[in-house]
Amino acid sequence: MRKIRTYQDVSHGTGSELLEQVIEQQERLADRLSQVKRLVAIASGKGGVGKSAITANLAAGLAKRGFKVGATDADLNGPSLGRMLNVSGATLGDSADGVAPANSPTGVRVMSMELLQSEADAPLKWREPSLGGFIWQSSLETGVLREFLGDVAWGDLDVLLIDVPPGTDKIKRLLELLPSLDLMLLVTTPSETTRFVVAKSIRLAQEAGIENIGLVENMESHVCASCGHVSRLFGTEATEEESPYGAVSLWGSIPFDPRLGASTDEGHPLINVDPAAAASVALQALVERVSEHIKGGVQ
Amino acid sequence: MKFLCIPCDAVMDFAERQIPGDGTLAAVFECGSCNMEVAMLTNPMETQLVSSMGVKIGGREVPAQPMELSRTSMEGGKEDAFETTESVAPENQGHPLRVAWTSEAVGRLDNVPSFVRGMVKRIYTDWAQQNGVSEMTPVIMDRARTELGLEDM
Repeated sequence: MRKIRTYQDVSHGTGSELLEQVIEQQERLADRLSQVKRLVAIASGKGGVGKSAITANLAAGLAKRGFKVGATDADLNGPSLGRMLNVSGATLGDSADGVAPANSPTGVRVMSMELLQSEADAPLKWREPSLGGFIWQSSLETGVLREFLGDVAWGDLDVLLIDVPPGTDKIKRLLELLPSLDLMLLVTTPSETTRFVVAKSIRLAQEAGIENIGLVENMESHVCASCGHVSRLFGTEATEEESPYGAVSLWGSIPFDPRLGASTDEGHPLINVDPAAAASVALQALVERVSEHIKGGVQ
Repeated sequence: MKFLCIPCDAVMDFAERQIPGDGTLAAVFECGSCNMEVAMLTNPMETQLVSSMGVKIGGREVPAQPMELSRTSMEGGKEDAFETTESVAPENQGHPLRVAWTSEAVGRLDNVPSFVRGMVKRIYTDWAQQNGVSEMTPVIMDRARTELGLEDM
């Protein structure tokens, strides 16, 4: 059999410039994000744990403290951050320098697929071909997410929050785009199934070299609005010895409050609507800790 | 991706890109030693895979526009999602040549969905400036479209 040289053996370029364009994309992303002080991902791996509601409240809470905050909805197929931050229907500025994000009433700059879709209840669809989506869809959606991060004219930001969709693969995809992520907050609930999935996400983030990982336990308890009795919503509490989260520290514990979801879903983050609610007080504690991280005081 | 001319043991150079239809992407490569040409033809799925990366085989004639991949790949984009603000590409800022659009050219642009219209106008304008064209007409648009490989846009 004749010996054919390998790709690396052949140093001569072809002029197709594919690699150069990919590098240019990465440089453009890095250049844009160089104006952002901190990149914070809010993820889980598990769905339905309240990532978007926590992201919206965290964004509103940080903006209220005077931080310049941006929020990207990385959930292209199930966007909700636009609605939660009350920018649905907003028009995006379009210039050669980038796409201007929507400005929420709470002062957060927002980018979400929802702002690009003509019908709110229409599933996200890509242009032809209809077959073989499994081959190209992941690549395409990674490219679109790169644009949501790098082609949006965020301006100077203290922090850019990224609401990551369910699935550990989505976390991996984000980390490939943003290896310099400053902080990953992983939202969990006190259910065995969620713990099982979040433990995988922790491991994935650790293996990717993310130094700052924090847990946010959502729906960790329920406070009776009438008598103040505190009860657990899910199963049993994991003891410290049996915790699947290892040494990852707890950044927040948010009690269940139906108004957190209801109010935030309507575009009014509870942290602003009812600052005295137990869930809001817990969210403020999270805001405080993230504030310190932004300022560089606490790791 | 490289094409090796086995008789010459030489890497073939990219020569031309075409989008001839039915989802095919044609990329022509030429051996600099023996001048043999080969055309790589991709099926629609393979074409989509390349465009999903946001790259163009053979390189770009004009810089990538903000959110170009999102706008050109989405189905059902909101008509009024974007509000265009007049601006030129950073590398063309301060360019002495201003490009005037004839009413016919503007009319043709009006047929472009507004979801991508601002982006498409900037692409044509950038091309005109780089090629010393001061007036945009439908004929010039056709020329730019062919040279830029915008058949898919």
